[in-house]
Amino acid sequence: MAAADDLQFEEFGDTATSLAANSDATTISIEDPGETPKHKSGPPRSSRREEDDELLGNDDSDKTELLAGQKKSSPFWTFEYYQTFFDVDTYQVFDRIKGSLLPIPGKNFVRLSIRSNPDLYGPFWICATLVFAIAISGNLSNFLIHLGEKTYHYVPEFQKVSIAATIIYAYAWLVPLALWGFLMWRNSKVMNIVSYSFLEIVCVYGYSLFIYIPTAILWIIPQKAVRWILVMVALGISGSVLAMTFWPAVREDNRRIALATIVTIVLLHMLLSVGCLAYFFDAPEMDHLPTTIATPNQTAAAAKSS
Amino acid sequence: MKSRIRERDSSTLNESVQNTIMRDLKAVGKKFMHVLYPRKSNTLLRDWDLWGPLILCVTLALMLQRSSLDGEEDGGPQFAEVFVIVWFGAVIITLNSKLLGGNISFFQSLCVLGYCILPLTVAMVICRLVLLTEPGPVNFMIRLFVVTLMFAWSVVASTAFLADSQPPNRKALAVYPVFLFYFVISWMILTFIP
Repeated sequence: MAAADDLQFEEFGDTATSLAANSDATTISIEDPGETPKHKSGPPRSSRREEDDELLGNDDSDKTELLAGQKKSSPFWTFEYYQTFFDVDTYQVFDRIKGSLLPIPGKNFVRLSIRSNPDLYGPFWICATLVFAIAISGNLSNFLIHLGEKTYHYVPEFQKVSIAATIIYAYAWLVPLALWGFLMWRNSKVMNIVSYSFLEIVCVYGYSLFIYIPTAILWIIPQKAVRWILVMVALGISGSVLAMTFWPAVREDNRRIALATIVTIVLLHMLLSVGCLAYFFDAPEMDHLPTTIATPNQTAAAAKSS
Repeated sequence: MKSRIRERDSSTLNESVQNTIMRDLKAVGKKFMHVLYPRKSNTLLRDWDLWGPLILCVTLALMLQRSSLDGEEDGGPQFAEVFVIVWFGAVIITLNSKLLGGNISFFQSLCVLGYCILPLTVAMVICRLVLLTEPGPVNFMIRLFVVTLMFAWSVVASTAFLADSQPPNRKALAVYPVFLFYFVISWMILTFIP
């Protein structure tokens, strides 16, 4: 009957067949959010979008911008909220580490590697590795420097691990906090095009500390010249990553304030590396010091007794 | 019928203390065997317990103690430090693996990480025995070799149990902290001076 046919549910077939029939029709596909990680290394897009993406250094910047809005939807007391900060794959962590080791002028580390997906995995474990690298290398270097001495008694100096941990984690969290607060304050006065979230700044600082891990291991070599060359090289690389990341954020500001900010960032970085070198690693020419300390004591004791 | 149910309920309550202890000890011993010969089996994960890790951690911390005769020269880790490093480190690695999306439960992971300290505890015992002879470079090379071997064994054993629970593209991210954890414990063992 006609009435029954009108009430019949009409099957439209799936999108492939209907597209083949009518190629001008626009189709909207709603993707399952669980499938999106597969699309990160997606198929090549049209050339017009490629130019825009190249400036941002990103193949699928549109998608990640959309996803960034969807990501942090869980309330902060659930476990899933913190899982969003660890949503990285192995190759992404390696890419970010490579980006921090090779500062390319013009390409911003945050836009290039982090792409609105700041993670806490990298900063946390790079800092942990750095803590142990500094403590162990310092211990090993002191052992090698004082190797032949009769008066030197080797101790593992385990307390230095906790001191190193305090210093490095405080640097990796408090300096980004101060910088973020400062940038927010300047943003309220001067409209900046580029502004970073707190987690992105923590991420940049964490990954920029990666260069210090091989530096700390190479600091075992007991030559002053070698150590200072290493300090300069490491500071050059990580300082330039930080400077190039934060220059766009202060560029529109008063010239002097912008320069002062960048100089402060690099100075703090240098303070960290020089401070660690001075505290954890004995100077190589100090092996004659125990005898010179002993002789004034002896003369003082002799003067007291007489 | 009622008496039979009551019998079943109080079946482990009425047994002798020796039976209870032996049952738990046998479970712990079976897991030790699984660690020493790591195969892809689920025993460590299915019936997890924290007795084994506790015994191993206390043994390791006690052996890393030095006689505190020389007060300010004592730079080695104290009992509390070793304890905190082992348990705090295991908790952090477990949290890390869960945050990365692994489907292993909290206590299962603690159990695996704790049991895989067994090779390093054996290394500590061997190091202490070797240190009874006179110190020298040969002494050090033997200790270095033993500790390196046991470190590799620990990492392989724990990876065999933990790697399957991670999503495939994040395995390295979850295994690296385990490597760091056992490396730090190996360093503490290697630099031990009586």
